[in-house]
Amino acid sequence: MSLASLRLQKEITMDTLAVESQKGDRNPSLIRISDFDFSYGDKQALFDINMDIAEREVTAFIGPSGCGKSTLLRCINRMNDLIESARIDRGKVEVNGVDIYDERVDATELRKRIGMVFQKSNPFPKSIYENVIYGLRIQGVNRKPQLDETVERCLKGAALWEEVKDRLDTSGLSLSGGQQQRLCIARAMAVGPDVLLMDEPCSALDPVATAKIEELIHELKNEYTILIVTHNMQQAARVSDRTAFFYMGNLIEMNATDQIFMSPDKEQTEAYISGRFG
Amino acid sequence: MSPSRTVVRESMEKALFGKSTKSKAMERLVFALFRLGTYFVLLCAATIFVDIVYKGGKTVFRSEFPFLNVEFLSDSPQTLHVFEYQGRKYEMSDSNFRSFREGIDEPIVTETYAYSGGGIWPCIAGTLLLVAGAMIIAMTLGVLSAIFLSEYSRPGKILSAVRLSILNLAGVPSIVFGIFGMGMFVLAFGWNVSLIAGWFTLAFMVLPIIISASEESMRAIPQGMRDASFALGATQWTTIRTNVLPYAMPGILTSSIIGVARVAGETAPIMFTAAYALRDQLPWEGLERWYDLFFQGVMALPYHIYVVSAKIPQNEYTSRMQYGTAFVFLFIVAAIALSSILIRIRMRKKYRW
Repeated sequence: MSLASLRLQKEITMDTLAVESQKGDRNPSLIRISDFDFSYGDKQALFDINMDIAEREVTAFIGPSGCGKSTLLRCINRMNDLIESARIDRGKVEVNGVDIYDERVDATELRKRIGMVFQKSNPFPKSIYENVIYGLRIQGVNRKPQLDETVERCLKGAALWEEVKDRLDTSGLSLSGGQQQRLCIARAMAVGPDVLLMDEPCSALDPVATAKIEELIHELKNEYTILIVTHNMQQAARVSDRTAFFYMGNLIEMNATDQIFMSPDKEQTEAYISGRFG
Repeated sequence: MSPSRTVVRESMEKALFGKSTKSKAMERLVFALFRLGTYFVLLCAATIFVDIVYKGGKTVFRSEFPFLNVEFLSDSPQTLHVFEYQGRKYEMSDSNFRSFREGIDEPIVTETYAYSGGGIWPCIAGTLLLVAGAMIIAMTLGVLSAIFLSEYSRPGKILSAVRLSILNLAGVPSIVFGIFGMGMFVLAFGWNVSLIAGWFTLAFMVLPIIISASEESMRAIPQGMRDASFALGATQWTTIRTNVLPYAMPGILTSSIIGVARVAGETAPIMFTAAYALRDQLPWEGLERWYDLFFQGVMALPYHIYVVSAKIPQNEYTSRMQYGTAFVFLFIVAAIALSSILIRIRMRKKYRW
């Protein structure tokens, strides 16, 4: 059932850019991952990953739990540095041609260029205003006009401005789950990244809030390259231009989203998206 | 109702009624035990408290203006002279007695009681200084180690060893800290019996409490908040400074309240390191250089109670002194604890999560 209806839904909601990319007319590559092996301690989590992620596209990572999709996402902004046992065994992650694991790379600078939104919305227990400008504050930016401008721009960008503009000084925690997640997106936008990594951003949200975030992702991809990890295949079909299917630490297949959902090359992919396992 | 229904009902009644009376009785008994236990503890605490407040209150308060025994709160401990003069009975501290005698030619026969006259101001000042210095040292060292343990250290054998030592340190009797402080600070470092030796000894004694509690309250902060901060390009120290410490502060303060009570109350750690039984100068009097303040012993409330109760002949006059000192001591500890609690409440409001 779902493939046809999915496709229908997708064609209605997708903008022209996505349709173009499906034809193979792709944007230039931004992130290139090559021969990438990664382990947590003795347990290898990723095996020989190779992929190219184009600028200003939405790429969805799908696959069953524990397949390595979130791990790979966290490798792209080096969040895995914070995990003691994490280790890269082989391969490279390049952003605009620079190997981000080069020892000269400052991970904090990298993370300013590659923002991240987490599965569980995690606003700071500060005001909405302070949440948005946290990234600027820690860089020592304290000029009020610039901060005001950033707050307005980012909250508008995250489609939250209208809902909160009158209560910017209330706590970020007073917002609803969906609003909190959009606040986190606004907060990530404020440091001016090129890439937004989203790790199951809607998994804790109700359908209405989810729809809002998905709508937002559509708008954001005009400016940002977005990588989204999702458990929800309909979501991948709705929001992404390209989809990568992971299974047990391997990248099984990556292709234009329509291709993946309509006629996957690999049997495993087909089995997963048709719901036979996972 | 058919006979079979009646049978069913009767067996149901038997099942429900019989058991419930029995278990209800048990319930009541257990509940009464809990209640009794709690009341017993409350009674003990109240007895001690009322006894000290009642007997100490007689020393500290006066029935006429200014309602406080000013001499007790502002003078040094002195010998008490009890004598009769022209048919009246007098009780006077040594200094008052000397000036009283100035204008009188005839000799006065007095009974003297050591430590029973004057007041306890040097002890109050000494205890406040000891608490302040020891808590500053203990909080600084404690919070620094807690940050290291909770945020920077990597799990492993060394970390487990450090944790185990901290845990063990918490179980060491305070007299051992006293002896250690004497060996280390008083003798080896050559600080003699001094404020600074007392500070470090007391600080080491409360360090385990402060480290464990601070670490606990830092760990309680959701990892998500740290991740969010890192993902926005914050360094680890920035993250700790802006997203861990402020929210852990109420918990750290809670531990400091317990710490203050222990630092103020312990006699053993200071009796060899910082406390004098009697010193006629206040800590800040007669200093040649400003830092001499740190290198001189002080009087302290708990040690004073010990001296007055155990080191001199007991009589009704020393007993007044003991209770008065205990009362003031309780009051000071309660006041410090209360102010920490107030600060904590304010912080909780500001940094709620």
